[in-house]
Amino acid sequence: MEPSDAQTLAGARETRPTWPAPLPASDDTRPLYDRIQDVIALYPERKSAVVPALRLAQDEYGWLSEQAFDAVADATGFTPAFCKSVASFYDMFRLTPTGRYEICVCTNVSCALVGAAGTMRAFERELGIHPGETSEDGLFTLKTVECYGGCGWGPVVSVNERYHEPLPAEQVPELVARLRADAEPDA
Amino acid sequence: MTTDLRILLDFDGDRRDIGDYERAGGYRQLTKALAGAPEDVIAAVDGSGIRGRGGAGFPTGRKASFLPKDRKPAYLCVNADESEPGTFKDREIMLRNPHALIEGVITMSFGIGATSAFIYIRGEYRAEFEVLMTALQQARERGFVGADVLGSGYDATVVLHRGAGAYICGEETALLSSLEGERGQPRSKPPFPAVAGLYAAPTLVNNVETLASVPYILEMGGAAYAEIGTERSKGTRVFSLSGNVKRPGNYELPLTATLRELIEGHGGGMPDGRTMKAIIPGGSSAPILMPDQIDTHIDFESIAAAGSMAGSGAIIVIDDRTCMVQLALRVSEFYKHESCGKCTPCREGTRWGVDIIRRIEMGEARQGELDLLLNVCDRILGNCLCPLGDAMAMPVASYVTHFRDEFQRHIDEGGCPFTEHSPISGLYHEPAAVS
Ligand SMILES: Cc1cc2nc3c(=O)[nH]c(=O)nc-3n(C[C@H](O)[C@H](O)[C@H](O)COP(=O)(O)O)c2cc1C
Ligand code: SF4
Ligand code: FES
Repeated sequence: MEPSDAQTLAGARETRPTWPAPLPASDDTRPLYDRIQDVIALYPERKSAVVPALRLAQDEYGWLSEQAFDAVADATGFTPAFCKSVASFYDMFRLTPTGRYEICVCTNVSCALVGAAGTMRAFERELGIHPGETSEDGLFTLKTVECYGGCGWGPVVSVNERYHEPLPAEQVPELVARLRADAEPDA
Repeated sequence: MTTDLRILLDFDGDRRDIGDYERAGGYRQLTKALAGAPEDVIAAVDGSGIRGRGGAGFPTGRKASFLPKDRKPAYLCVNADESEPGTFKDREIMLRNPHALIEGVITMSFGIGATSAFIYIRGEYRAEFEVLMTALQQARERGFVGADVLGSGYDATVVLHRGAGAYICGEETALLSSLEGERGQPRSKPPFPAVAGLYAAPTLVNNVETLASVPYILEMGGAAYAEIGTERSKGTRVFSLSGNVKRPGNYELPLTATLRELIEGHGGGMPDGRTMKAIIPGGSSAPILMPDQIDTHIDFESIAAAGSMAGSGAIIVIDDRTCMVQLALRVSEFYKHESCGKCTPCREGTRWGVDIIRRIEMGEARQGELDLLLNVCDRILGNCLCPLGDAMAMPVASYVTHFRDEFQRHIDEGGCPFTEHSPISGLYHEPAAVS
């Protein structure tokens, strides 16, 4: 997010990086099958493409449904069961439908020491759901996650894979309101 | 002043743009290396004495020399999985100095005769992935990456591979399983990756910081690099400082510095006039050090001699409000969640550990369960296929050893005496009980 603020006293060499603007979404509109073939071509062995293919399928379908697994299996030449066994190992694969905004709150040690519990509770209050649940309107899924690698800038939260760091509890209502407004521009 | 030396991050802002990196002398070492013999690269790295920055601290030059010279294909795998709790330094290196990593990767690939390099970056690091993708594209356009690098005849293929969320994939053999498209489970060693790694080919796995240091080592010369640091811990290291400290962040320091210089000098000490309760000196798997050990030096040997490990270079400062049982619970829950389930002591032991600690925190534990907890830790230690089991047992045992009274109070009083003040409380107790 923002570069380090005035908290950094003269002489200290804390050098928080500035984050680049996100790259634009891929404009590759070819079928999933063809895009997976490109990925397969990058590796000496086809199987290495399974995880990247699952990611492409998840982006396409929103979550890894039966249909998504069939598509990955077809395109990579492995069985759906194999693809499922791989997917279930990794936390970022969604095996159930997820809200439009997936909110992940890091509750590991460094974040917990600087207020992650408050941030997590604030999301519970604002969204009316507990971690692991999706709001009834299908807008939000709340999750707690393990260390995100932003420990010095905690509490760390991601919204659809983009980090917000730090996101203290007080800023949660504003963020949620903004996401709601973005989801319903006319409301 | 001994702590005033930076190598890897010795500039303000970032050098994401290849022009900025080249103006600062970037890619010259690659150009020079390609004009010489591959062995010269390995000799310089070996001479620098640098030890792996990923956690295990194995001498990098020696590891590279284990690869058989004549077996092809051979691979270099970059470990950018950074997930040991408390660690966020590789990320800063990738965000601010991505071309140093790329130059290091290509130079090292040339040194070991690798036919391709794979950068395994944790799936959550999306911005960092995009930075590397852009940087790689620039490097390709300038001829530093791709077929026939700078007309040398050496082909450097680099594949950027995103993980999908699993801490264990940072363990090098699990990383290889994951990169091959399997569940990320560790493999027993031997065979070591140098002999049978990725796709059963000779493979070198190195951490981001280790590889990003290579261009600087070549620039300075191995011998000059080896003059920095202690007898067995050479160079500088980027330390991730977090927890209850005024100025958390990444600080690059020579390996002669002390924890005090880092925590009080650079980090500004404890916020709001609080006092320190403990220090985690090497990521959450490291046993804790006590406040009176703050003058310990931050090199590998000194931290080991103090009873812990330098690990991933992540220093977490814990203040006096923190409940050590809650800390133990949070740490053990993490390792339980990340246990891949391949071997019994880890799969069962991490579960047992969490269950007992949870009972202690909730006031449901019986007398004697503290010894049961230590017994579980003891049965894990040294009995697992990979170090993950130990990564839970070591810190938890250290918390109990140093704060036994605090654990015992939970049992005696039938609950947590610190719910009101401990910053972690809110994760385990209803908000009403939390101030
Ligand atoms: C459970 C576990 C997790 C690990 N996670 C990482 C990691 O995220 N990044 C890393 O570089 N090394 C990690 N390591 C260490 C690697 O196994 C390996 O030693 C390292 O990548 C080698 O590179 P280096 O010699 O340059 O340090 C981990 C080890 C274990 C046992
Ligand atoms: S120690 Fe744990 S993570 Fe490592 S192989 Fe055994 S079960 Fe898997
Ligand atoms: S502990 Fe939250 S990002 Fe590391």
